Amino acid sequence: MSDILKSLIEILGERGVSNAPEELWFYSRDPGILAPHLPDYVVAPKTTEQVQKVVQLANREKIPIVPMGNGMALTGLVIPLKGGIVMDMKRMDKILEVNEKARYAVVEGGTSQGVLKAYLQDHYPHLRHSLPDAPPAATIAANVALHGQGRLTQQYGFNSDMVTGLEVVLPTGDICRIGSPSLGPYWFSKGPTLPDLSGLFLGWLGTTGIFTKVGLKLYPNKKIREVELFVTDRVELVPEIIYKLTHLEMLEDLNVWFQPKPLMFKDNYHITIYFTGDTEEEIEFKRKMIWDALQVFIDTKDGGFMGVQVMKEQLLEMPQRSVAEFADVPRGGGFEYSGPITLIEHFPQYAAKVLELAAKHDILYASTARIISGGHAMMFSISFAFNRADPAMMNRVKIALEEATEFALEMGGIPWKPNFMEQKRTLEKMDPNTRKLLRMVKKNLDPQGIMNPGNWEVN
Amino acid sequence: MYSLKFDENVCATCPSPDCLLKCQYMEFAKNEAHEEMMKVVKGEDSRVLQGCLTCYACEEYCRRGNHPFYLISERREAKGIYTAPRPITNQWINMTQMQGKQMVGTIKDKALSSCLIADLGRMASGEIFKDVASAIVFGAEFMCPAVHTHFAKMSVIKERLPMVMENFKKLGVKEVICLHDECYGTYTSIAPAYGMEVPFKPIYYMDFLLARLKELKDKIKPLNIKAAYQRPCSNRLIPDKHHLAKEILDIIGVELPDREYQDENCLCCADLLRSISGYRLANDVQQRNIDDMLKVGAEYCVFNCPACQSTLSEKVTPKGLKPIHIINLCKMAIGEKGGAVR
Repeated sequence: MSDILKSLIEILGERGVSNAPEELWFYSRDPGILAPHLPDYVVAPKTTEQVQKVVQLANREKIPIVPMGNGMALTGLVIPLKGGIVMDMKRMDKILEVNEKARYAVVEGGTSQGVLKAYLQDHYPHLRHSLPDAPPAATIAANVALHGQGRLTQQYGFNSDMVTGLEVVLPTGDICRIGSPSLGPYWFSKGPTLPDLSGLFLGWLGTTGIFTKVGLKLYPNKKIREVELFVTDRVELVPEIIYKLTHLEMLEDLNVWFQPKPLMFKDNYHITIYFTGDTEEEIEFKRKMIWDALQVFIDTKDGGFMGVQVMKEQLLEMPQRSVAEFADVPRGGGFEYSGPITLIEHFPQYAAKVLELAAKHDILYASTARIISGGHAMMFSISFAFNRADPAMMNRVKIALEEATEFALEMGGIPWKPNFMEQKRTLEKMDPNTRKLLRMVKKNLDPQGIMNPGNWEVN
Repeated sequence: MYSLKFDENVCATCPSPDCLLKCQYMEFAKNEAHEEMMKVVKGEDSRVLQGCLTCYACEEYCRRGNHPFYLISERREAKGIYTAPRPITNQWINMTQMQGKQMVGTIKDKALSSCLIADLGRMASGEIFKDVASAIVFGAEFMCPAVHTHFAKMSVIKERLPMVMENFKKLGVKEVICLHDECYGTYTSIAPAYGMEVPFKPIYYMDFLLARLKELKDKIKPLNIKAAYQRPCSNRLIPDKHHLAKEILDIIGVELPDREYQDENCLCCADLLRSISGYRLANDVQQRNIDDMLKVGAEYCVFNCPACQSTLSEKVTPKGLKPIHIINLCKMAIGEKGGAVR
């Protein structure tokens, strides 16, 4: 047995460490298209102190360490590109606190979205968090670490904007609290009015520290959720439709999507409009406002509302399973997307690019854009399904996604949860002084370069 | 290509242009109604072509069998006028395309058509349908394309209806029991209007229901409830069959109190009005309809068409009305559970 393995077992106990081939195989990959790479060890801590000790060991021995939630990002962010230790956080899954009146929760770094959702439903049914459309096992910490989005992003911004405080184990092993919890017992603000240090960690994809606690804003959970579905066949109208809808300032979520199959969706752009209320009167008032806002497009016959009764259950599902269904259209269950954050006014160009790439590479597409923060931007997903048993198809998807990222950068967009190659392209395009600042931050926080190496490699 | 058999003289000599005079969504003076209809007949511009909401009612109002609604739809298509927004129109054309995904039961000389509405197939079970349930057919291959009249796409009907009838012919059936008014209306109204020969005998499902209920009369326990009946647009294509709903409901002990919006004066479920016109009109029509149901003390809202039921269920339920399809009500009366309609 190696000294490292012995040390890890001392810290975590035998059940918290593994280097069994079958475990390493599992932790070497994610569901996307990137090639796997084996780690040397897998650890599953239960406490912040265990995380700290493992990080101290890794820092001392210069061993790469990759923090992992549920590994659902699809872009290889937890593939141990340089081997080392994968730290599976899922055993740190406690909900530590819910402050009902201040509307925030504090959870451990491996707590899943599903666990928090169920806990709130059971104990605080009038509160909710911004649930992403990822499987329920996706973790809250991982989601904010990559600037994830959720059902409330249209109203309140990225899920990372909803963080109210962090506890982070730094690459040197120091435990650091960010925001109001650094001054007292309350987790109500990640920054203001202090210098906002959360920016040293959010969006860094686990390359600057490991989240062991996350404070997260909660929001009113209205009694009724409703949905309307507006369609147009004129892509150039989509930005204007979104502008009119966001002007209402009353929507829960707003998604734009298009896909060629089934045939009822062919050639149209679909705008799913979610809204909530506590009474039927509130719902009907909002429905009327939504319809009135788009009446001009009905009058010109350029757009109209679909009947949603049959689809309603599926549309209101949280999280939605339709993504998984799309992945299996070509059989073999593969799905990956490039999801740049970009201007809504660029929707027509992005939509054209999706069609171009799908035709060029002979692959099946679907695209969904989520409006962010009342219309300041959108996440535009360029999504392709593939058969995992068809390497040629996987390769075509990989090339198409690379081209999609290239396009997004040309258009001034920001790649979302980029894989290591997309990160490289992003850094190359970045203003040199900004890149220099990133390098300073990274170098100071992680002098040995052990944290999730291969990602955000500014050097 | 098939063309509409329309007699211009019948309109020209019409003593009472009820087709437009009785319209619930457009107002006309008597002279104007005649003039506007003649403009439509002659292929001229008319406000009818812009304002028609496709409720099908003029097909019933015309006592001289001259198919004003089909003509209006023909003229609209010829002039490139969309009734509903273009993307909704095309969506319906796309989603009802034949894709070889039909389902065919055990067919002998009779088929039970659930059109492209899966709920109808689910409902057609139990004692009432025991001898025909296995002969179910479902899918775009067997779907009557009448819905495209709502979108003034008569060309789609002319293209697809012969194919649908040919598909039935290939099954070797002599009779097709139509579970949707739209299907029965297609074979008995649209097809003859376009000179298409129907290669089987269409049977209206309410005729079938009524006959079965008479056979099962010993099993019927009167429901003793008050209800409002939501008459669908496609029943306007077969007004001679409208009485059947009342007879069936009477047999199973369902009282239909007289209300304002019934029979010829019935209101649309407003599903397509939403698409065509927007929120305000659709909401107004639905409100008036539901208020009328409540005013007469109805406990149930009885549907004939699953599309109407799907549209109005969530509107009537909060008001205390129980939505139910007439087939399920019949099942209830003989002690069976009804199938779900989504």
